[in-house]
Amino acid sequence: MKNVSSHVSNRAVAAGILVVALVLAGIVSFYAASTPDGLTKVSEDEGFADTAKTHATEEGPFAGYEASFLDDGRLSKGASGVVGVLVVLGLAGGLTLVLRRRESDDDAHVPADTTV
Amino acid sequence: MHVPDGFLDAPTSVATGAVAVVAVGVSLRKAREELDDRTAPLAGLVAAFIFATQMLNFPVAGGTSGHLMGGAIAAVLVGPWTGVLATSVVFLVQCLLFADGGITALGTNIVLMGVTTVVVGWFVFRGVQAVLPRTTAMVPVAAGIGAFVSVPVAALLFVGLYAVGGAADIPLGQLTGAMVGVHVLIGLGEGVITFLAVGSIIAVRPDLVHGARSVLKTRTLEVRTAGAAA
Repeated sequence: MKNVSSHVSNRAVAAGILVVALVLAGIVSFYAASTPDGLTKVSEDEGFADTAKTHATEEGPFAGYEASFLDDGRLSKGASGVVGVLVVLGLAGGLTLVLRRRESDDDAHVPADTTV
Repeated sequence: MHVPDGFLDAPTSVATGAVAVVAVGVSLRKAREELDDRTAPLAGLVAAFIFATQMLNFPVAGGTSGHLMGGAIAAVLVGPWTGVLATSVVFLVQCLLFADGGITALGTNIVLMGVTTVVVGWFVFRGVQAVLPRTTAMVPVAAGIGAFVSVPVAALLFVGLYAVGGAADIPLGQLTGAMVGVHVLIGLGEGVITFLAVGSIIAVRPDLVHGARSVLKTRTLEVRTAGAAA
């Protein structure tokens, strides 16, 4: 009998998504298309690409998804991908963990983070 | 479709920034209803997955590429309000850490690629879901269609913003044709990736998928193994 929800644990699903994200950003990203994206191409074709200004964080260590301190192209792209996945996971995951309804909230409504 | 600094003038960027602040602010309040101990961890992972997938530009016609925007995936997997937050975090990190998407254009990018694809993706998803058979197998199909539609709509909205506050004087008909044309193709990629991603979670744990709740509710409930302890 196949139950819809019990075979794969929450932990396994989470680990699966994380592994896929790390492999995509850390390895597969090196092989992504390098042609300009839709908006960039349109701005070139229609003649307004030159109105783009230099990005304020252009000199940052991971600008343009390249780790400036690594010479090897594969490592550089992969490292910035892994860093990005972990930073996004930390920020978004932290935010949603703070926002979530806890079991106790269902009985007594206690706002999070207001305890003194 | 990350908009750089300079494409849109200051008043337009301030306006989209204000819209983004309001959208994120409302989502911060509403996302609480979508997130519990079981689903909250998934939201951060979905954001990380969207970030990873946005690094994967795929080729479309004519020396152009595109990548996932992710609003539909996020909305279907973790709910639209949480989806706005998840995609906004992705654009914030891309802007500050990777110099992708202008700092003055952060609001524009959140509105175009986050809020718009979440809202359009979600409503098209729900609309398609209403006419398809009520089975979990149809959830990824509806999600893929929502994702496909969301991308050209975001492109159209960019044209609208450009008409109001674009830096250069570009014939609007021409800009519309170019933007919508290429983004219909990118939307096909968005649809396929969304179908596969949502389908993967549906295959193992349909109960974790926000957009599958209305379908699961109509089934006979089985004893849950998680979340019962209090």
